[in-house]
Amino acid sequence: MKKEQDISELERKFQEKIDQDIKIEPKDWMPDNYRKTLIRQISQHAHSEVVGMLPEGNWITRAPNLRRKAVLLAKVQDEAGHGLYLYSATETLGADREDCIDDLHSGKAKYSSIFNYPTLTWADMGAVGWLVDGAAIMNQVPLCRCSYGPYARAMVKVCKEESFHQRQGYEIMMALAAGSVEQKEMAQDALNRFWWPSLMMFGPPDEDSKHTKQSMDWRIKRHSNDELRQMMVDITVPQAEAIGLTIPDADLKWNEEKGGYDYGEIDWDEFWNVVKGNGPCNKDRIDTRRKAKENGAWVREAANAHAEKRKARKLRRAS
Amino acid sequence: MHTRKKEKRENLEEHHKKYIMANKEWPLWEVFIRSKQGLSHKHVGSLRASDEVMAIENARDVYTRRSEGISIWVIESSNVFASSPDNADSLYDPANSKVYRHPTFYDVPDGIEHM
Ligand SMILES: [Fe+2]
Ligand SMILES: [Fe+2]
Repeated sequence: MKKEQDISELERKFQEKIDQDIKIEPKDWMPDNYRKTLIRQISQHAHSEVVGMLPEGNWITRAPNLRRKAVLLAKVQDEAGHGLYLYSATETLGADREDCIDDLHSGKAKYSSIFNYPTLTWADMGAVGWLVDGAAIMNQVPLCRCSYGPYARAMVKVCKEESFHQRQGYEIMMALAAGSVEQKEMAQDALNRFWWPSLMMFGPPDEDSKHTKQSMDWRIKRHSNDELRQMMVDITVPQAEAIGLTIPDADLKWNEEKGGYDYGEIDWDEFWNVVKGNGPCNKDRIDTRRKAKENGAWVREAANAHAEKRKARKLRRAS
Repeated sequence: MHTRKKEKRENLEEHHKKYIMANKEWPLWEVFIRSKQGLSHKHVGSLRASDEVMAIENARDVYTRRSEGISIWVIESSNVFASSPDNADSLYDPANSKVYRHPTFYDVPDGIEHM
């Protein structure tokens, strides 16, 4: 009985801190569910950064010139860094990095479904940077004020780095859209394929989103999925118009009253189908990650052996 | 016969050791960066590395890709000891009652300068 009282008292104090926008730090008391929710969300976020390198890594060797290649390489390297900052944040919650990674490989953990679509042409590098990184930024900016300190700090660093990601993508689209007829078609085709999956990146509609309310109360989340999606549509439409591309949505219409665009129905069956593992590249992505871990076994082995040898040498010298 | 058995056992041991070495998780390191001359090192995050040399190399790649630092410290996380947040009140409260540690506690007449 006493114990229960203690916990409800701790929970009350915890919520009070959150309501006053005082950050929660790793060693502070937190409800089990807050910890679990964060581990699930942050590791999922980390996996998305890591798996997200694959569709773009696919084009590094085929970038059209040295400038584009250097840029793409730097962007993909940033994404690896983002994955690391995030795994680092999960470890402050008592999660184990390698366990998290194994959960990804076994299919127990999810990652953003957008990366289960293939990148078929060079224009897809433009669409991914512009739309996918654009949507990621939209999601990540409010996370800089998330109640959990290490996650918020990681997001500040990530957001600083993301801004060039989106710009380089838009620049690719702009160049193609201003190019030959074939190049413009290629850009339009990439936009057609990535538009809807990008809007799905914000997650299911609010009425079907089971985690939103609690996450909002805990200030892990600041805006609902639909709010973020609306913001994405409103800022992206003029960007497309500016370079002469057309958003592939016949129902898209400016709504004066709400001061935003109305947009067409999203195919949520497609979304759930890809989440469940039936997207065009789900299997390929996980196989690639799993193989990377297996093929890296000898490196981990050698590094461990080397570290032990050095330690032994040091000890011998000290004695 | 005897030597073959021994050989087999040695092979097994070798195999076992290899398995352990490939699966032993690299330790966790906390990373501190001095962003420029004149400032102290500040904690930026953590990473996994097999030893301090690799930890510094990785820290450079992970945390200083945009010239965020000119000096890196790494400390194995298991060597960091922290105060407990549960004792925060009793640990830091006494400071609140000692306002005389702050210069604003003292009266200085108007017209007195450089103090
Ligand atoms: Fe990223
Ligand atoms: Fe990015």
